[in-house]
Amino acid sequence: MSALLPVLILATSLITAAITFFLPEASRVLRNALNLGGAVLKLGLIVAMLVAVAGGAVYEASLPLAPGLVLLLRVDAIALLFVSLSGTLWLLTTVYAIAYFGTKAHQSRFFGFFSLCVAATTGLAMSGSLISFFLFFELLTLSTWPLVAHKQDGASLRAARSYLLFALPGSAALLWAIIWLESATGPVLFTEPPDLSGLDPWELRAIFALFILGVGVKAALVPLHGWLPAAMAAPAPVSALLHAVAVVKAGAFGVIRVIYDVFGPQTVAALGVGVPLAALASLTIVWGSIRALQQDEIKKRLAFSTVSQVSYIVLGAALAGPYAMIGALVHLVHQGLMKITLFFCAGIYDERAGVKRIEGLNGLGARMPWTSACFSLGALGMIGLPPMAGFVSKVYLGLGALEAGAPWVLGVLAASTLLNAAYFLPLLYRLWFLPAAGDATGDERAPVLVAPAVVTAAASLGVGALAASAVSPLRWAELIITRGYLP
Amino acid sequence: MSALLACLVLPLLGALAAVALPRRAVAAVLAGVVALTLVAAVGLAVAVHSGGVVRLALGGWSPPLGIALAADGLGAAFVLLTALVMAGVAAAARDEMTPQGAGPRAAFGFWPLMLLLWGALNAVFLSRDLFNLYVGIELLTLAAVALVAIGGRAEAIAAAMRYLIFALAGSLLYLAGVVLIYGAHGTLDIDLVAARDAAAPDGLALALMTAGLLVKTALFPFHVWLPPAHASAPAPASALLSALVPKASFVILLRLWFEAMPDLGTDRALLLLGVLGAAAILWGSLRALVQARLKLIVAYSTVAQLGYLFLVFPLAGGAAGAQPWTAGAWTGAIFQALSHGLAKAAMFLAAGLFMAAAGSDRLGALRGLARVMPMTAFAFALASVTLISLPPSGGFTAKYLLMTSSFAAGQWIWALVMTLGGLLTAGYLYRPMAALFAREGGEGVQTVARARQAVPLVLAGLAILLGILSAAPFDFLQIGRPEAAEEGP
Repeated sequence: MSALLPVLILATSLITAAITFFLPEASRVLRNALNLGGAVLKLGLIVAMLVAVAGGAVYEASLPLAPGLVLLLRVDAIALLFVSLSGTLWLLTTVYAIAYFGTKAHQSRFFGFFSLCVAATTGLAMSGSLISFFLFFELLTLSTWPLVAHKQDGASLRAARSYLLFALPGSAALLWAIIWLESATGPVLFTEPPDLSGLDPWELRAIFALFILGVGVKAALVPLHGWLPAAMAAPAPVSALLHAVAVVKAGAFGVIRVIYDVFGPQTVAALGVGVPLAALASLTIVWGSIRALQQDEIKKRLAFSTVSQVSYIVLGAALAGPYAMIGALVHLVHQGLMKITLFFCAGIYDERAGVKRIEGLNGLGARMPWTSACFSLGALGMIGLPPMAGFVSKVYLGLGALEAGAPWVLGVLAASTLLNAAYFLPLLYRLWFLPAAGDATGDERAPVLVAPAVVTAAASLGVGALAASAVSPLRWAELIITRGYLP
Repeated sequence: MSALLACLVLPLLGALAAVALPRRAVAAVLAGVVALTLVAAVGLAVAVHSGGVVRLALGGWSPPLGIALAADGLGAAFVLLTALVMAGVAAAARDEMTPQGAGPRAAFGFWPLMLLLWGALNAVFLSRDLFNLYVGIELLTLAAVALVAIGGRAEAIAAAMRYLIFALAGSLLYLAGVVLIYGAHGTLDIDLVAARDAAAPDGLALALMTAGLLVKTALFPFHVWLPPAHASAPAPASALLSALVPKASFVILLRLWFEAMPDLGTDRALLLLGVLGAAAILWGSLRALVQARLKLIVAYSTVAQLGYLFLVFPLAGGAAGAQPWTAGAWTGAIFQALSHGLAKAAMFLAAGLFMAAAGSDRLGALRGLARVMPMTAFAFALASVTLISLPPSGGFTAKYLLMTSSFAAGQWIWALVMTLGGLLTAGYLYRPMAALFAREGGEGVQTVARARQAVPLVLAGLAILLGILSAAPFDFLQIGRPEAAEEGP
């Protein structure tokens, strides 16, 4: 049973994908039932595993490939954090996507790749060895590409091409890093820190840089972030998933794995590579925010905001102390909830009111109160207003910075908070306080479209306000740290 | 033992039957021959898997009097690959090589040539005698050249002529080397040659044989005959030519450098082979990047992909033998040959279906075909995954093994070339892919029956499966692995 569960949880998405590809376009009911069923089943399995893992259980399944290549799925606390996030948001995004696409064309293709993308994310989260991580990392690249290109118009195809132009060299760098490392240490399992004594410090630094280059493309670290704002040409459900769980989080999760499970915080500190990475993350945080300020398109502003926010996770990991690490892990979840809310709402504005640019938001608050309330909650959370989710993340990152002896990080956090406020508050002002244009239309008579946003908005309020309760992501992050990373 | 004989004899009997029997009977006989040979190949693999190397001395005479045949892991794996590709091609050709579709001459000539090619390939994979190998590769060449010319168009005839000239020159070089060996040692049996006392002409003999085989494998810079030949043959023939034919001469090279005369593998010679391979990877990929026709892209891709095979020589050959990474490099190269065989066959068969639907293989004509033929487009994409060597395909396993070896051996330059090659492959396969998946186009195109579309999908799927289930084939290839590729301490 313990070997079966990780496989089952992967299969819920993988089999859904495989069947969906072959469904005729017209069989909407069957397709929707299948996708929702798969997502619900997966969520059920996740809950069961959460209970078991909280009690100390670990699930493992492995498939030996050629020598040196071990496909290992391992569900422990840290894997489950990411799996739970992706499983929950998969269900919500599926509901949203069903409402969003209605009767539009090419849905079997869309939902097929969508499920495949979730399967890749799940596999990546559960990967217990470097090579399995790489395998799912690549599967993610391949399954996201058709999603970005889904509309098949000029902008989407350009975005998809740019995505590959960034992602494939990134993968090459990651593969180099893995092979270089493993040719000296043998296969690297995340549970057993590899023996790095066979490599001299400069080799280790080069390998570390290659790792960061490889996963940094997906985490949209400056200057590797160019593909992410372009990718907002994709349909709203894709953007939502891309920005909240699938791609950027895979990159951020990769950074965590590299620092904590491949090199180990001590080695990272000894090599002196943690501080440059933290500086790069800080640069990304500030730069992303500044660029967000300059955008007039809602989705583009949100995209640059993602560039900035995901680097909080990288920053926390790079600081490499218990508090910073808790901040990083918990922000993985928090940013996902908040950002998916914002993208859900952006999609609703576009779909129901035809609003793509920020000028169009004027006065929409009254016309679309539910959507606008959710959008506001998400935005306030991003700014870090207590007691929202973003506040909790920032507190722990700040504590971590002090603990790591890097007080300058507090300055970065403060600057970022101000910039967040500067690019989000004008939107809220427009929504609630400015009068609507005379010819403005828009309604939210699409409860299925709005409901997922309401759920995620409520969740991003809840995980912050109830952070101290026994079942919050914060508690779970603390559990991960106390179990795995405290000496 | 009987499976081994069946693999050699059945295709040749089938070729005879295809010529001699009346048209109506041919289809049934062909289906039977293909099925039986496939069964024999599987049976041989099972026998090797369970009992180790299968040996057969013809007529009960063992070398040096008789001629030895043997199926080790390497040979049996290639026999099985050949059988799988042949079965796929036969299924595709049943619909494509018809008198209406391909013309009466091609429809008649394809089947005996295909079976002749099959017999010749198996003879090469299973022979343990240098002259026998010569006969096999000569038969192979003649069948292959005829398969190029079979379409009858002027450009096909010209390409076939060029192929023939190159291949014959290669044969002569190889034969000259064989003569030198025989003159010096009085034997051509691989195991006896391996145990010979060193003689003066050995180096020259090996150089001549190698040069001849390089021409036949179309290694850069001897590749110029390959793209026009493979691009102008009918698609099922191209699939055979690209997936299987160059592998035969590569296997002979492996036999020579790792089994017959590993002692002659000087660093400089091995390095030269590796450099040519690296040049092939880069040059072939760059040329593929600028082609306007799908079949030419796929053909230049073959030039590039064959280059990877030759990295085995600097990584595992000669003095490097018995190092910890040798077995990985040796097996990685064979994985590359196997997965390229499956993926390239799938790709050419898919290209054939696209041509059947769109009437041309110009990239512009392929636009939007993914909507009309999703299965074929998906097969093409899967085959691309293997060629780009993304996980979890067989191509990935191959390049992982080769790259790990090159780092372990301190020759990371090969890893760099492989990485560049992978990125370039993604580049040149992106263009047909973008055309296939374009939104516009594809109107008024005749679609192809689903059963026909399934064939490339199965072959491309097998190439992926080779990666997912790589543990078993890896172990299989170690059966009877030459000592020169032995894993060291």
